[in-house]
Amino acid sequence: MKKLLVSPAPHIHSANTTSRMMLDVVIALIPAMIVSVLAYGLPALTVLLVSVVSCVLFEYLIQRFILKTKVTINDWSAAVTGVLLALNLPACSPWWMILIGAIVAIGITKMTFGGLGQNIFNPALVARVLLLISFPAIMTNYTGPDAVPLTSMFASLAHVDATSGATALSAVTEGLSQGQTIQQIFPEGHNYLSMLFFGIGGSAGEMSALALLIGFVYLLVRKVIRPHIPIAVIASMFVVSGIFWLIDPSQYTDPLFNILTGGALLGAIYMATDYVTSPMEPKGMVIFGIGIGVLTMFIRYFGAYPEGMSFAILLMNAVVPLINKFVKAKRFSKEAK
Amino acid sequence: MKTFNIGGAHPNDNKISKDAAIEDFPIVKKAYIPMAQHIGAPAKPIVAVGDYVKVGQKIAEAGGFISANIHSSVSGKVLAIKPVADLAGRPVNTIIVNVEGDEWLDSIDRSPEINSNITLSGKEIIDKVKECGVVGMGGASFPTNVKLSPPPGNKAEFLLINCAECEPYLTSDYRLMLEQPEQIFVGAAVIMKALNVDVCKIGVEENKPDAIAKLQSFESKYTGIKVVPLKKKYPQGGEKQLIQAMTGRYVGSGKLPISVGAVVQNCATAIAVYEAVQKNKPLFEGVITVTGDCLPVQKNLKLRVGTPMNEIMDYIGGVPEEAVKLISGGPMMGKAIANLNAPTVKASSAILALTADQTLRKEESNCIRCGKCIDACPMGLEPYLLIRYTKRNNLEELENNDVFDCIECGCCLYTCPANIPLLDYIRVGKADVMGVIRGRAAAKRAAAQNKPENNKKEK
Amino acid sequence: MSDIIIWTVASLTVLGLLLAVILYYVAQKFKVEENPKIGEVDSVLPQANCGGCGFAGCHAFAESCVKQGSLEGHFCTVGGNAVMKLVAEKMGVEAVEQAPQVAVVRCQGSPDKRKKTNDYGGASSCKVKASLYTGDTGCKYGCLGEGDCVDACNFDAIHMNPQTGLPEVTEENCTACGACVKACPLDIIELRNKGPKGRRVYVACKNEDKGGVARKACSIACIGCGLCEKACKFGAITIVNNLAYVDFNKCKLCRQCVVVCPTGAMTAVNFPTPLPKKKETKKAPKASEITKPVVPPINDAAKTEAAKPIAVKSNIATDNSAKVQAKKELKTEKKVEE
Repeated sequence: MKKLLVSPAPHIHSANTTSRMMLDVVIALIPAMIVSVLAYGLPALTVLLVSVVSCVLFEYLIQRFILKTKVTINDWSAAVTGVLLALNLPACSPWWMILIGAIVAIGITKMTFGGLGQNIFNPALVARVLLLISFPAIMTNYTGPDAVPLTSMFASLAHVDATSGATALSAVTEGLSQGQTIQQIFPEGHNYLSMLFFGIGGSAGEMSALALLIGFVYLLVRKVIRPHIPIAVIASMFVVSGIFWLIDPSQYTDPLFNILTGGALLGAIYMATDYVTSPMEPKGMVIFGIGIGVLTMFIRYFGAYPEGMSFAILLMNAVVPLINKFVKAKRFSKEAK
Repeated sequence: MKTFNIGGAHPNDNKISKDAAIEDFPIVKKAYIPMAQHIGAPAKPIVAVGDYVKVGQKIAEAGGFISANIHSSVSGKVLAIKPVADLAGRPVNTIIVNVEGDEWLDSIDRSPEINSNITLSGKEIIDKVKECGVVGMGGASFPTNVKLSPPPGNKAEFLLINCAECEPYLTSDYRLMLEQPEQIFVGAAVIMKALNVDVCKIGVEENKPDAIAKLQSFESKYTGIKVVPLKKKYPQGGEKQLIQAMTGRYVGSGKLPISVGAVVQNCATAIAVYEAVQKNKPLFEGVITVTGDCLPVQKNLKLRVGTPMNEIMDYIGGVPEEAVKLISGGPMMGKAIANLNAPTVKASSAILALTADQTLRKEESNCIRCGKCIDACPMGLEPYLLIRYTKRNNLEELENNDVFDCIECGCCLYTCPANIPLLDYIRVGKADVMGVIRGRAAAKRAAAQNKPENNKKEK
Repeated sequence: MSDIIIWTVASLTVLGLLLAVILYYVAQKFKVEENPKIGEVDSVLPQANCGGCGFAGCHAFAESCVKQGSLEGHFCTVGGNAVMKLVAEKMGVEAVEQAPQVAVVRCQGSPDKRKKTNDYGGASSCKVKASLYTGDTGCKYGCLGEGDCVDACNFDAIHMNPQTGLPEVTEENCTACGACVKACPLDIIELRNKGPKGRRVYVACKNEDKGGVARKACSIACIGCGLCEKACKFGAITIVNNLAYVDFNKCKLCRQCVVVCPTGAMTAVNFPTPLPKKKETKKAPKASEITKPVVPPINDAAKTEAAKPIAVKSNIATDNSAKVQAKKELKTEKKVEE
């Protein structure tokens, strides 16, 4: 009689795999990648390639030669980190800076904690923050979107000095510190529509809100992420920003501006929803999202940095184990009277 | 459409055997009737080697309060009474009968007419059910007479008939609904009388519209029994999920359904009750689905208890080359067969053949804390945490996280993208914690007995 | 500029002094009073915190010894007699000595001897496998091969052999803490006396099925034939449930049981020279159930006579250096003929 296979139930498995989910995230980011290449041209493409290749390479080297464990680059998680890192950096980043970012993201933030699933902080964000603090000049120098003629007309629509290297947010910080009011910094107001489609200067991934939203819809349809975190982040940013803007519009930027600029959408949709560093249950996810939104707005309004999303996410990452411990989902037995 | 609120998974229902009408399986030459076919103590044989037995004759007595009588499913001489390996290889005391002809007890009513006139009283019904060895046919094999006698202080409010058949591939209940719908209704009516309730709901998943229609056609004839269509979601057929979907009530941790006034019976059990009470026929045969994409035919076979499973596979043409695993039951909760010579038991529901592509587990990788296992768990537990505590043998935390609520449905392992064997470990952890809880209860009972002598407080 | 430096140094110094004073008082106020002897005893313990002694770590062991005032029922297997002597000194009591023990794996059912009857596809854990079914071979008592024992060991003393699928104990590292014994769901691992020069004799089988069934499942199984029980002059062997057991307190290492064992289940470890096997007598179990002859055709009584003196010799603790040398080359000795 032939040998049968014996194992405990269940005997079938859904088609979910880690690598498929990670691949879906990369696919969702394709619109944003396309936009950044269109805006900044070859430099953006170079940043993307160097980032992805170096992240994957470092993970392979560390797993193969230092840790001597199974190499798991085929789960696409290093590639996701690479893409997210690239979209967080300015298009003119030098290759050595990207390498440092990759080493920090993969080597320090991910591998030293135990590899996939064990890190407390979001790898791409830790790398970005480290680079921001170490190389502030390079990190805040955003060559405006006039590299390709197609884009310069959008830039002028957004009323930002496309070649100065400033983002809208840094323009705000600088202007406010010089005693200007919001109206003086942006005399013609904002063209939100253009910001939605093809916004003002920023890091490669901050450009087009629409591209990011397309990716968001894709992820929801593929059931890769749930909408709780992005909606909680954006909603709380909107509310906090709205309160302050209503109090004093000359000192505080309006909610729509805040949502569409900086890494708000990129952070809310792709960075905050990283499985490993976010809570596992819906109620916890909402608390996490609200925390991020509130912190981001506080840093933007009252902190020294123009952009607060990265720091907010990292701060909330540290609180996630606590959230997981105390905020539990609906349990059947607790529902019984 | 009604459904349960927490968790659930959506495996393909693959009801490829649904058009296979129930056919009789040819009687075997030797029947291997195990003494342990139910929850509780094994039955004790009351025949001896060499005795001639008839079909339906009682050959073993219930071995305790929670136990069941066992009746011969064939006629012939008792060849031996000895341990025979079950499908997991464990030896179980078995009565082996050398089949001669097919002589039934005269008391059994074999006429095909439906007898819907219930003459016995509630108590007599329960005794009859007990005498005929009726056990739950949904898989758990709980002795039905015990279920129909609620413990003091509990009152039944409604009867729920479980026709959900939420396991993929299984169609035996579906065929029973199409071919013996009135028997289900009469059986339900009998049980209602035994429980003294007048509300009965029959839950059927929406992927069986013809069965729903067929059953609904009898609603006018039998008062108090209503058919309730349910959304297709696994594990809709789980007792607690069924109760929550159909009545909105949640059964508490460690409590029985009767604590919320519900009694749940599988539809095949209802038919078995009908046959026992109205036709004087003990439980000795059942319908099993033989299915699998790699099988040349799909069958729903009515066969006698004690049929060796390898003979069933031979009947349909042998085990195909591509089949790597044979499962007794469905793909989510069924048991993989290690010993194909093992016999079928009362609650056997299916033999499912799966190919390597369908069943081979993929390689395990790190938990990415995606939370899909938590979303899927119908009891709202956290499998990622339970497996961690089990591996570290942290029984206290396992208990605090309600591991004993786990119904072992398999949704967690099914959805995990990292292919972590969640349920394998949780099952083991749950068994350990149940052991501790039982030990604690036993110590408490012992302490309560010793109380007058010494006032030592137990844990 | 110097102002800043002065202020910085001054303020930090004051802060430091203030904190030091606070810490001192807090340390005094919240000090845990403990018998200083506990600390002394704890300091000589191995600090492995393995739990082998039955207590929650070395400190708990020390505490229990001192509280009890004697070493009754306390033994640290990791430190062994040497450490217990130091503990006794610290406590001022009589030293307690125990024969050193080692973990012994009582199964030799590798795939060539014990055929697989099905493939296991579940989680790689013996506990899971044991709770699921009786295993992937015909013997439901034998090693399941998933390595729970290896995971349990804190001393790197047990490893799975990939060819045989069985765990092997590295005797130098084994501290007899008992972790692997607890981890094995089928109780295959046992703590037995290490024996003089590490020599011991034991039944490497746990099969309680009747001889025929056992032999069919595994060619090196114990069939409960009883030949060893009869051969043992020291009453060290008992047969219970078709399985022989050697009491290591009574065993004198004469290896007569090994000589007569028809299947090779009886195992002698760390002996320098193998004993020749006796011819299989008619008293062996039904021939139909034995699939292949295990014993070489041995000729005459002369050889068995010659066997005796060697057997007697190995009893003696004082062996000549040649034997010690040979022992180092031969790790184990299997009774199936080469």
